[in-house]
Amino acid sequence: MPIAPETLLDKKYEAGFVTEIESDRAPKGLSEDIVRLISAKKDEPEWLLAQRLKAYKHWLDMPEPRWAKVSFPPIDYQDAYYYAAPKTATKPKSLDEVDPKLLETYKKLGIPLREQEMLAGVAVDAVFDSVSVATTFREKLADAGVIFCSISEAVRKYPELVQKYLGSVVPYTDNKHACLNAAVFTDGTFVYIPEGVRCPMELSTYFRINEAKTGQFERTLIVAEKGSYVSYLEGCTAPMRDENQLHAAVVELIAMEDAEIKYSTVQNWYPGDENGKGGIYNFVTKRGICKGARSKISWTQVETGSAITWKYPSCILQGDDSVGEFYSVALTNNYQQADTGTKMIHIGKNTKSRIISKGISAGHSNNTYRGLVRISGRAENARNFTQCDSLLIGHECGAHTVPYIENKNMSAMLEHEASTSKIGEDQLFYCRQRGIGEEGAVALIVNGFCREVLQQMPMEFAVEAQKLVAISLEGAVG
Amino acid sequence: MTMLKIENLHAEVGGREVLKGINLTVKAGEVHAVMGPNGSGKSTLSYVLAGRPGYEVTKGKVTFLGQDLLALAPEGRAAAGMFLAFQYPVEIPGVSTTMFLKTALNAVRKARGEKEFSPVDFLKLQKEKMAQLGMDAEMLKRGVNVGFSGGEKKRNEALQMAMLAPKLAILDETDSGLDIDALKVVAEGVNALRSKDRAFLVITHYQRLLKHIKPDIVHVLADGKIRKTGGPELALELEDKGYAEYTGDAALRAGDKSI
Repeated sequence: MPIAPETLLDKKYEAGFVTEIESDRAPKGLSEDIVRLISAKKDEPEWLLAQRLKAYKHWLDMPEPRWAKVSFPPIDYQDAYYYAAPKTATKPKSLDEVDPKLLETYKKLGIPLREQEMLAGVAVDAVFDSVSVATTFREKLADAGVIFCSISEAVRKYPELVQKYLGSVVPYTDNKHACLNAAVFTDGTFVYIPEGVRCPMELSTYFRINEAKTGQFERTLIVAEKGSYVSYLEGCTAPMRDENQLHAAVVELIAMEDAEIKYSTVQNWYPGDENGKGGIYNFVTKRGICKGARSKISWTQVETGSAITWKYPSCILQGDDSVGEFYSVALTNNYQQADTGTKMIHIGKNTKSRIISKGISAGHSNNTYRGLVRISGRAENARNFTQCDSLLIGHECGAHTVPYIENKNMSAMLEHEASTSKIGEDQLFYCRQRGIGEEGAVALIVNGFCREVLQQMPMEFAVEAQKLVAISLEGAVG
Repeated sequence: MTMLKIENLHAEVGGREVLKGINLTVKAGEVHAVMGPNGSGKSTLSYVLAGRPGYEVTKGKVTFLGQDLLALAPEGRAAAGMFLAFQYPVEIPGVSTTMFLKTALNAVRKARGEKEFSPVDFLKLQKEKMAQLGMDAEMLKRGVNVGFSGGEKKRNEALQMAMLAPKLAILDETDSGLDIDALKVVAEGVNALRSKDRAFLVITHYQRLLKHIKPDIVHVLADGKIRKTGGPELALELEDKGYAEYTGDAALRAGDKSI
C-alpha cells in the first residue's frame, strides 16, 4: 500500500491500537469515547483533544445546514466508522480484482500503472518507488524551508503553528459538517511557507503520490507567510476507490502580507451509478483569509464526482488591496446534485474579487451556483466581478443560480453576469459533419464552455481535467 | 468514376415529405449546381446527404464511392470524404478554430486508419491554407465562428473544406449573406480545390455564385424533385425567367430579392 514517510511514523500507534481492540477499526458510531480514541491513537497533546471534545459537544445539538438545493435521506451518524476505514481486509490483491470500469477510466486518463495500483488501493508491497520519490521532493522542499507534512505529524513537530492557526479560519461552530470534522478529523495536510519563499514546486506532484491515504475527514491547513507563494493541488482526476459515503473535509488558508496561495481541486469521488444509487456525500468547508495587505487567494475547482457536492470555497479579504478569486467548473450527470459556489467577504479597502462559475448539468442532475458577495462598511472601493454560466445537456436536468449580494459601502463596484444555454443540436451536427463523433463533440463543446476555468489549472492537470470532463459526460447524449 | 449516386430519394422533415424522388449522379471532377426556389428542398437535400438527425429518408438509395451512404453516421460520412459547407455556420464558444480543426482532422484521419497529425505538421498545413484564403491568423484564436461576420464565417467554411480536403463538397447557399468581395474570395477558395478527383454540389437560389464557380451541370429542383437538367446555360435561363415555369407561380422569380 502507498505510504508516505510521515505515516510510517504512525505505524506503531496503529499497532498498539490493534492489540487493544483486536481490530483495525473503532466500533461503529460516534461518541465521546470515539473522539478520545482518535486523539489517543494519534498521541495528540491535551489541547487538541480538548478542542475535539468541545467540537463534539457542540456538534450534538447543531442543526444540519438545510438551505442548499440538495435532497437526501437523513444521515445516520451512528451507522458509520470514524476511525480506520476498512483497509487491509478488503484490499484487492492486484489490479485484476479491481472494478474494470475504474481501470478503463484510468486508462483513458493515461495514469501510469503504478499510480493506478495506488489509486485503486491495491495492497502492493513494493511502494519503495513512491516513497523515494516522495523523499526527494521532501528534501527539495526542506531546503527551501517549506514544511509539507501530514497534519498529525505537524501536531507533533510544529505544535505552536498548528495551535495558532487550526480552526482560526473555519471555527468548529461554523456549520455541522465542519464541526464534525473538528471533532473527528483523522488526517490531512499541513503546509507552511516561510517569509519571502516561493515554493519551488507545485505541491500537486507530491500530493498525487500521497493521495491514496486521504481520508473521510480530511483537514488541511496552509499558512503562507509574508511575501511567499504556493500553488497547491488537491485531489486527483482519477476516481478513487472508496467505501465511505460521508466526506466532511475542512480546508483553511492563511495568506499574510503580499503572500499568494493558489489552491486547485479536482474532485472525482464516486458519483453513484446511473440510477443514482450510492455515491459520496461531499460536504466540504473551504475558506481562506487574506490577512495581510496585498495578499491573494485563488481557488480553482473542477468538480465532477460525488453524489452530492456541498462546497463553497471562500475568501475573507481582510487586508487592504487583497484579492480573492474563485474559478469553478461543476459538472453533474445522472442523478448527481451539486450546490456549490463561493463567498467573497470584503473587509479591507480596495479589495477585489472575481468569480467565474461554469455549471454543466446532464442526465437527471441538478446543479446550483450559490454565491455571496459581501462588502462591509469600511471596505472602500471594493470591486467584484461575477460570471455564472450554466450549460444544459438533455431535457431532464436543472441549472440554478442563486447569487447573494450584500453591500454596505456605496463606493463598491459590483458586476454580475449570468447565462444559461443548451448544447444545441446544430452544434453537435456541425461537429459531427466535420468528422468528430458525438461524444467527442460534446466533450469539445463542454471544454470550450469551461475554458476560462481550466486554463487556471496547473498545466498537467488542465489536460487531465479536460479528459475528465469528457469521461464524466459519457452516455450523456444519444 | 461515379462518386455519388442518388436513386429515387424520398425524405421527410417533421412528418412532411420534402424530397419526393430525387435522382442524381455526380462523377469525380464534376461541379453540379442544384438551383431552385425557396422551399423546393435544396437545403433538405444537403442535410439528408450529410445525415442530419431529424431528416428521415423514407425511400430510395444513396451510394457514395461505392458505399451505402445512408447507413453511415454523420461523422462516418465525413470520414468517407463528404463535406458540407453550411448556410449558417454554427458558433462554438471557447473552442478556437485551430482546436476545432485539429480535432476534426485527427478524428477523420483516425477513422480512416491514418496517423494523426503532429502539432507542427498541422500548424504548417493550416498556415498554408490560411494564406491561400487571405485569412487573418487572429481569427483562428477566437471561438469557432463566434463574433465572425458573415464573410468571415463563410471563409472559415472554405478553410475547413481546404483542410479536410473532401472528395465531395456540398456548398449549401454559400453565397447567402456575402458581399461581392467575400463571394469572390470564397469562390476562389473553392476553385482552387477543383480537381479531377473531387466533385462539388453547389446549392444555390441565385445565379450570381455560378458566375464565380462555373458548373458543368445544372439541375432545377422544385417541389422535391429534379425538374430539369442542363448545362451552364440553364442557370442563365433561370436568372432570366425565374422559377415560374417550375412552380406555376410567376412571383417566384430567381432574382427577386423580396422572396
